[in-house]
Amino acid sequence: MTQMNMVEAINHTLHQEMARDDRVMVFGEDVALNGGVFRATEGLLDSYGSGRVVDTPLAEAVIAGTAVGLAAAGMVPVPEIQFLGFSYQAFHQIAGQIARLRYRTRGRFDVPITIRSPFGGGVRTPELHSESLEAQYANIPGLKIVLPASAADAKGLLTTAIRDPNPVLFLEPLRGYRMIKGEVPEGEHTVPFGRARTVSEGTDVVIITWSFQVELSRRAAVQLAEEGISVRVVDLRTLVPLDTDAIVEAVEACGRVVVVQEAPETNGFASEIIATINDQAFYSLEAPVQRVSGYDTPYPVGMLEDHFVPDVDRIVAAVRRAVEVEA
Amino acid sequence: MTDELVTSMFVDMLGARLYSQRVFNLQRQGRAGTNAPIDGSEALVVGAAFALNPTLDWILPQYRELVGLERFGSDVLDRYVLYCIGHPDGGHIPAPTRVWPPQISLATQVPHAVGLAWGMKQAGEEGCTLVFLGDGSTSEGDFYEACNFAGVLDAPVIVVVVNNGWAISTPTTSQTRAKNFAEKSHAFGFPGVTVDGTDAIAVYEAVADARSRAVAGAGPTLIEAVTYRLGPHTTADDPTRYVPPDELNAAKDPIEVMRSEMQRRGLWRQEWEDDIVSQADARMEKAVVAAEATPLEPSEMFNHVYDQPTPRLVRQRSEFEAKS
Repeated sequence: MTQMNMVEAINHTLHQEMARDDRVMVFGEDVALNGGVFRATEGLLDSYGSGRVVDTPLAEAVIAGTAVGLAAAGMVPVPEIQFLGFSYQAFHQIAGQIARLRYRTRGRFDVPITIRSPFGGGVRTPELHSESLEAQYANIPGLKIVLPASAADAKGLLTTAIRDPNPVLFLEPLRGYRMIKGEVPEGEHTVPFGRARTVSEGTDVVIITWSFQVELSRRAAVQLAEEGISVRVVDLRTLVPLDTDAIVEAVEACGRVVVVQEAPETNGFASEIIATINDQAFYSLEAPVQRVSGYDTPYPVGMLEDHFVPDVDRIVAAVRRAVEVEA
Repeated sequence: MTDELVTSMFVDMLGARLYSQRVFNLQRQGRAGTNAPIDGSEALVVGAAFALNPTLDWILPQYRELVGLERFGSDVLDRYVLYCIGHPDGGHIPAPTRVWPPQISLATQVPHAVGLAWGMKQAGEEGCTLVFLGDGSTSEGDFYEACNFAGVLDAPVIVVVVNNGWAISTPTTSQTRAKNFAEKSHAFGFPGVTVDGTDAIAVYEAVADARSRAVAGAGPTLIEAVTYRLGPHTTADDPTRYVPPDELNAAKDPIEVMRSEMQRRGLWRQEWEDDIVSQADARMEKAVVAAEATPLEPSEMFNHVYDQPTPRLVRQRSEFEAKS
C-alpha cells in the first residue's frame, strides 16, 4: 500500500493499464505533452509514446467520436474530456453513438471506451467547468456511470472500467483530486461495478451519496456522532449499474434516509434513489427521505458557488430533520 | 478500365436501383418503415466500392448507399432489408463484412471513420476507411472536426461528399458560399477533388487514387461526387413541392451514363440487361422473404444494451416477459 491522492491514484492506474495492454490509448486535450491540466496523464507520453498518448485538436465531439472508430479497430480508448461541462459539445457522440453502438449493431462491436472527466465545483473555475451531469448520462441506456470517492477506489474502479467491454463514463471529483488521500494497493486492484461501499457504520440514519459528497457526508457523520446521532454513510460508487440491494439493506437497517448530490435538485440522481426506496423499501421508512442538493439554477460564478454546493452544515441539518420525525 | 470491371459495376448499379425501388415499395405497402432511395447515387456508390479492397477496407455509409454495396458482401443488402422492415438484426452486418449499418445522425459517422482509420494505422493494418456523407451534412460540426483531426493524423480515410443538390428541400446554395465542397479540404490540409458522380468510372479512379495515397501513409482525401437526387429524399418526402421540374429533367441519370459506356464498348444488349434485372429481382425477392420470415421475440429488445445485462435490465425483462 502507498499513500496517494486521487489524481496520483488515477495516474498510477493509467500507467499500469497502459503497461499491461498495448491496445490502451489515452487521448484528449493537453493529455500528452502537458500530462493533463491536472497531471492525471503525467509521464504517459514518455513511457508509451506518441502513438498511444495523443494530444487531440480542441474538439470534444471528435474526441468522443474517434473513440468509436478506435474501439471498432480493436483498441481500448481512454479519452479525456477536460471538464465534464465541455461534454455538452460531445453529447451527441456520447449519447447518440457511443452508448448505442453495441445495441444498434446487435453486439458486433465491443465498446471498451472509458471516458474520463473531472466534474463538480468548489474550486473557483470559470463557467461551464463545474457541472454535475451524472443524472443526464445515467438516463442514457448503454453507458455505465462510475464515480470514485476514495483514492483506492479511483484505482480499483478505473482498472475495472478500462477492462470493461462497455462504455464507461468515469467521473472524477475535481475538488477531491488532491484533497482526497488514502492508501492505495500497488499491485492488481479491481473494484466491481454495482457494489456500494459502507464508508462509516451507523444505526440511526443512512446518508446515501457518491463522489465528493461522500467526503462531506463522512465529516457530517463525525460531527453528528458527537451529538449522539449514529450515521451510516453509503458510497454508491456506480450509479449504473446501481446497487439496489445495498440501498434496501441500509434503509431497512436505519429507517431514516438522507440522499446527497451536488447537481441541481430537479431530476437529479437523488430522485432515482428515492424512487427506488419507494419501490423496494417503503415500509421500512420511519421518516420522509431527506434530499440535499444544489439548487435549480445554472451553476453559479465563484462568489456564489459555496452557497450552491452542498456543505457539511446542510447535510447535518438534513440528518436532524430525518431524526426529528417521530416513528 | 477493363470491360469486365465496367460490366460488373453496371450490374451492381442496376441491382442498386432495383433493390432501392423494392424497399421503397415495401414502405408504400406498409411492410417497411421510412427509407431513402438511392436514385442518382448508384454510380458513385458502386464506383467507390469497386475501388476499395473489401477484405482490407471499411465503408461507413450514411443511409442511402447500402443497396449499392453488394461488392462488399451479400449480407449488406440482406441486413438492409431487415433494417428497413424494422427488425433489430438489420443493424448487425456480420463479420467479416466491412460495412457499418446505416447512420441516421448526420455526419456523426465521419469521426467514426477517422477513428477507425487511426486505429488501423496504429495497429499496422494495411487498409483504409471510406465514409459517405451528403452535401447538407458538410454543415455539421462533426464533418469539420473529424476532417481536421484526420489531417493532423494523416489518417487513411477517404471522405466522399455526395453532392446531390439537395438536403431534403434545402439546396446547396443555402448550405455554403464555398464554390464547391472539394475546396473545403484546403482548410484541413489535404487534397480535395470534384468528380462527376454520375460516372462510375470517374468515381472509381478518384477513389483508387485516394486509396493509394491513404495506404501509402499520405493521408486523407476529400472527394466531392456531384450528382442529382433523382427521387424524393425519403419515402416521407414530396419533392414536387420544391424541385424545379426543368432542373430534374436536365439531370443525368447514372444508369444511362453507364449504359452508354457499355454500348460504346459493344458490351450491351437489351436481353442481357433484362436478364440481369430479373436476376436482381429474384435476389431481392429472396432477401425480402428471408427478412419477413426472420423471427423476433419482443424481449430481444433487452439484448445487447451491455455485454451483460444490469440487474435493472434483468428485472425489467422478467417483468416484461411475465406480462407478455
